[in-house]
Amino acid sequence: MPSALPEGEPAPPDGRLPASSLAGLGSRPFGIYVHVPYCAVRCGYCDFNTYTATELGGGASQQAYAGTAAAELTLARGVLGALDLPVATVFFGGGTPTLLPPDDLGGLVRRIRDDFGLVEGAEVTTEANPDSVDAESLHRLREAGFTRVSFGMQSAVPHVLRTLDRTHDPDRVALAVGWARAAGFEGVSLDLIYGTPGESLTDWRTSIEAALACEPDHVSAYALVVEEGTRLAGQVRRGELAAPDDDALADRYLLADDLLGVSGMAWYEISNWARADHQQARHNEGYWLGHDWWGIGPGAHSHVGGTRWWNVKHPSAYSARLTAGSSPAYAREVLTAEQQRVERVLLGIRLREGHPLDDLTPIGRSAADQAVTDELLDRSAQANGRAALTLRGRLLADAVVRDLLD
Amino acid sequence: MPASRPTDEPVPSRTDAAILRNFCIIAHIDHGKSTLADRMLQLTGVVDERTMRAQYLDRMDIERERGITIKSQAVRLPYAADDGTVYALNMIDTPGHVDFTYEVSRSLAACEGTVLLVDAAQGIEAQTLANLYLALENDLQIIPVLNKIDLPSAQPGKYAAEIAHIIGCDSDDVLRVSAKTGEGVRELLEKIVRDVPPPVGDPHAPARAMIFDSVYDVYRGVVTYVRVIDGHLSSRERILMLSTRAQHDLLEIGVISPEPSPTEGLGVGEVGYLITGVKDVRQSKVGDTVTTATKPATRALGGYKDPKPMVFSGLYPVDGDDYPDLRDALERLQLNDAALLWEPETSAALGFGFRCGFLGLLHLEIVRERLEREFDLNLIATAPNVVYRVAMDDGGERVVTNPSEFPEGKIAEVFEPVVRATILAPSDYIGSIMDLCQTRRGTLQGMDYLSEERVELRYSLPLAEIVFDFFDNLKSRTRGYASLDYEVEGEQAAALVKVDILLQGETVDAFSAVVHRDKAYAYGVQMTQRLRELIPRQQFEVPIQAAIGARIIARESIRAIRKDVLAKCYGGDITRKRKLLEKQKEGKKRMKMVGRVEVPQEAFIAALSTDSPAEKTRR
Repeated sequence: MPSALPEGEPAPPDGRLPASSLAGLGSRPFGIYVHVPYCAVRCGYCDFNTYTATELGGGASQQAYAGTAAAELTLARGVLGALDLPVATVFFGGGTPTLLPPDDLGGLVRRIRDDFGLVEGAEVTTEANPDSVDAESLHRLREAGFTRVSFGMQSAVPHVLRTLDRTHDPDRVALAVGWARAAGFEGVSLDLIYGTPGESLTDWRTSIEAALACEPDHVSAYALVVEEGTRLAGQVRRGELAAPDDDALADRYLLADDLLGVSGMAWYEISNWARADHQQARHNEGYWLGHDWWGIGPGAHSHVGGTRWWNVKHPSAYSARLTAGSSPAYAREVLTAEQQRVERVLLGIRLREGHPLDDLTPIGRSAADQAVTDELLDRSAQANGRAALTLRGRLLADAVVRDLLD
Repeated sequence: MPASRPTDEPVPSRTDAAILRNFCIIAHIDHGKSTLADRMLQLTGVVDERTMRAQYLDRMDIERERGITIKSQAVRLPYAADDGTVYALNMIDTPGHVDFTYEVSRSLAACEGTVLLVDAAQGIEAQTLANLYLALENDLQIIPVLNKIDLPSAQPGKYAAEIAHIIGCDSDDVLRVSAKTGEGVRELLEKIVRDVPPPVGDPHAPARAMIFDSVYDVYRGVVTYVRVIDGHLSSRERILMLSTRAQHDLLEIGVISPEPSPTEGLGVGEVGYLITGVKDVRQSKVGDTVTTATKPATRALGGYKDPKPMVFSGLYPVDGDDYPDLRDALERLQLNDAALLWEPETSAALGFGFRCGFLGLLHLEIVRERLEREFDLNLIATAPNVVYRVAMDDGGERVVTNPSEFPEGKIAEVFEPVVRATILAPSDYIGSIMDLCQTRRGTLQGMDYLSEERVELRYSLPLAEIVFDFFDNLKSRTRGYASLDYEVEGEQAAALVKVDILLQGETVDAFSAVVHRDKAYAYGVQMTQRLRELIPRQQFEVPIQAAIGARIIARESIRAIRKDVLAKCYGGDITRKRKLLEKQKEGKKRMKMVGRVEVPQEAFIAALSTDSPAEKTRR
C-alpha cells in the first residue's frame, strides 16, 4: 500500500504559484522528476506510489501514461511562465520506469528538451530494474538522451532478495552494468538495501562486494525501513519476520562505509557514495540544497521557491485531473522563512560539506559546540564555520538536527 | 407496602427524647445498605411510590438543583410502630472505608444503636467487622441482620451462626431480610424501636451538639451535621465551636426528611443540620462540640481529634502550565475535605507540584481521581510514603514527609507508623497470608476462627508496608476472598534507610525512597532495572545507580543509541521529515531533563507506579 500524502493547504486548480516563489526562479538549478507509477511485482517492503499493471486501466494505464505525463509538462511550462528555464537534471523514478518502452521514456525527455531546453551537460537519469532492461533497451535509452542509470540491485544474496520480493537473478546486475557501459552511459549507480530480516552481516558484506565487483560510479545504501501499511510491516507485526535492530543497522552502515571507502568511493550524503565528485547524483543534490524542481506524475512532489506541493496519488485521479485541464496537485504548503531554515538545516546536514553554522540560532550554535565535544560534528569543519557530521554523527544525524534546531 | 406518612409525626425541636431512635447501618459495600435505606424511606412514607427511585439517598443531581447538596448523612423517618406510638427514627450514614475510621467513630457516637447488615451469601467482611468493633466500643445496641435472603446462593443458617459467634448472641436473634423485596424490613423497624435505647441528655443544660459530618455545598457553604447531646439549639442563634472558639450566626437549622427542611431548632437527642455561611469545612470539624454563644457549655464532648495525614505523595501536573489549575483544584477539594493537607513542593525531576497528606491510600486515590476527573488534570504522583520521625544524634528531631528530605548523617533512630490490621479470609489461605505479612515485617497479634471456614487474623504491620501494594498482593494470594481493615495504633523504631536513585550521577529526587535496610538492595535493583527498561537510549551511555548515602548498592546502564537517522531523504520525504521533526520537538518539550538525560514523562509515571513496567518505550 502506498503511504499517505501529507496534509497541506488546498492547491489552486490551475496550479498557479505564489509570486514570492516564482521570484528567484532561474537563479537556482532547475530539475524535473518524472514518477512512473508501475511495477511488474509489488515488493512487500515498498511504500512508494506504485501499481502493478493489472491494477489499472483506462487513462491510467501504462500505455497512455507518457501522454498523460506530457500533459503535466505542458501545464508546468505554463505555470512557470515564459522565463528561459533550461533543465539541469532530469530523473525518472518509480515504480519501475523501464517498464515503459524506451520510446515512451525518450519521448518525454524530448518533450522536456523542447519545452524547457536542457543545460549543457545535463544529467538525465533513470532508475531501472535489472530484470526490465537488456542491451538493446539500454542502448535506445542512451540514444534518447539518458546519461545515467541507477539499478535497483538491493542485494546479491538470493534469500534476501526473496524476502524483499525482488524477482531478479543476482547475476543479472553485472550483466546490466556491462550493457550500460557498452551503451555509453556516463554514470552507473547501484542501489543496495541492508537490514532485511534474515540478512546476516556476512550476507551484507557479500552484497557490497558483489556491487563493488561491478565497478559502479555511485552506490546508494539504505537501511530497510519497515513502513506502516506494507506487507512487510504486517509480517513483522505478526512476528513472522524480525524487524531490523538499530544496533545491527549501525554495524551494517559502518561496514558499508568501510568497504566502499577502501575501494575508493567517498560518501557525500548519508546514504550515498560516489567514485568521484562529478559522479555524485546532481538531481538528488537539488533536493538537499533547496533547488527548484517540478515533479511530474501521480503522487510526485515539487518544490519551487519555498512552495512545496504534491500530486494526487492514484494514477486514475491524476489522469482525470489532467484530462479535465486542471492541475493534478492535491495540496501544497507555502513555507515560512523559519520552516525554510529548518529544512535547510535538516537537509544540508546530510551532506559531507555540512551546513553553515551561521544559519543556526545562538542556542543551535551552542548545541553544535556540544555536538563537536561529543564527536558528532567535525571539529575542523566547525573551525571553517560549518556543521559537518562525523562518521558517528551520520548515524545519529536526526538527533543532531533536533539539537541544532532547538 | 404502606407508603403514607404518619399525620401525627413528632415535630422537630419539640420531640420527646423517649420517642427518638438514632441508629446507623454498618455494612460492607454491595451488601445492600442503600437498598435497605430505600425500603425504610418507603415504609415510613417519607418518599412516595411516585418519587421513589433506586438508591434514593445516593443521588445528588436533584438536590443540587434545589441549591443544596445532600448525601445521606442523616435522615429523619417518622415511624408509626405497632405499639401505636409514632417514633422519630434518625438514620445516620457512616463512611465506608478504612481511611475514615475516625469519621466512622463520630457517626457511631451520634447513635445509640446500629444495624449490622451482612450479605447472606457472603458473610461478614473485615471492614464491617472493624466497624462493628468500633460500635461495640461505643456501647451501641447491635441489631444483626442478614440481607439478600431471597438469593438462591444465600446461606442464612451458616452466616447467622458466624454473626452470633462474633457478637455473642443466639443465631435466632439474627433478623432475616430482603431489602430488595421488602421482606422483614418492617420487623427490623419494630426491632429498632424496641431494642435501641432512646437518647439521654439534660434538656436544661447549656447546649452541646456533636459534629459528625460537614459537607461543602456550592450554594449554601458548609452544611454541618450534628447530634444534640444536651440542651437546645435554636434558629437565629449565635453558635460557638468549642475547639476553635469561633462564633457563627446560625443562618438555618433543620432536619432532612428526606429533603432538608428548616425547623425552629433541635432538642436533646435530635439529629439535623446547621448552616452558618462558612465556606470551609475546616471551620466545622468532625468531632467538635457546638454550643451557643450566649450560654456556652464549658466542657467539650469527648473524643475530638484533629485529622492526621498518615500517607504522603507528591502530585505534579504532567504539563507544567497546569500548576495554577492544580493549586485551585486542591483549594476547592480542601473546602470539603478537612483531612487533605498540601504544600507547594519543587522536584528537580518533576518540576513544580504539591506534597499532599492523606488519611490513607484510599483517600489518596479518591483525591487523585477527583483531581483528574472533575478538574481534568493530568497528574504524576510520586510513590506514596508514610510520615517518619527521625531522632538525630544531637537530640534534634525531624519529621519527614518526603523521602528526598530524609536527613543525611548522624541519625540516632527512625520511627515509622504502625497499624493494627485485621484480615478476614477463608481458612485455606492462612499460610499464604501469614507468609505475606511475614515478608512485610508483620507481627501476628491473634487469630480467631469466625466459623470452620473463616478466620480473622490480627497483625501489627508497618503502615509503609501496607502502602506499598499490600492489598493487591493480599487479594491475589487469596483469589480476592480476603478483606482488610487497619487502623494506625502508634509508631515503632525501625532500621530504615534512604535509597537514592542516580541517573548519570545525579539524584532523581522523585525516586528516593525510605525502605527497611533488609529491603534496600531489592528496591535498588528493582528500580534501576525498571528505569533501564523505561528510559530511551540517549546519545551517550547512561549509568543508573541505587545508593545509600555514598554507597552504591545497584547499578545498571543504558547503552548509547547508535542509530537515529532516516536513511532516505528525497523530494517526497522532505515535508514528512520536517513535520516529524516538529512533532519530535514538541515531544522533547515534554521530556524532563535530569542533567543531560532526557526522561519521558511516561517513564516517570511508569516507574512510579507500583505495577510492573509497561511496554518498553524505546525510540
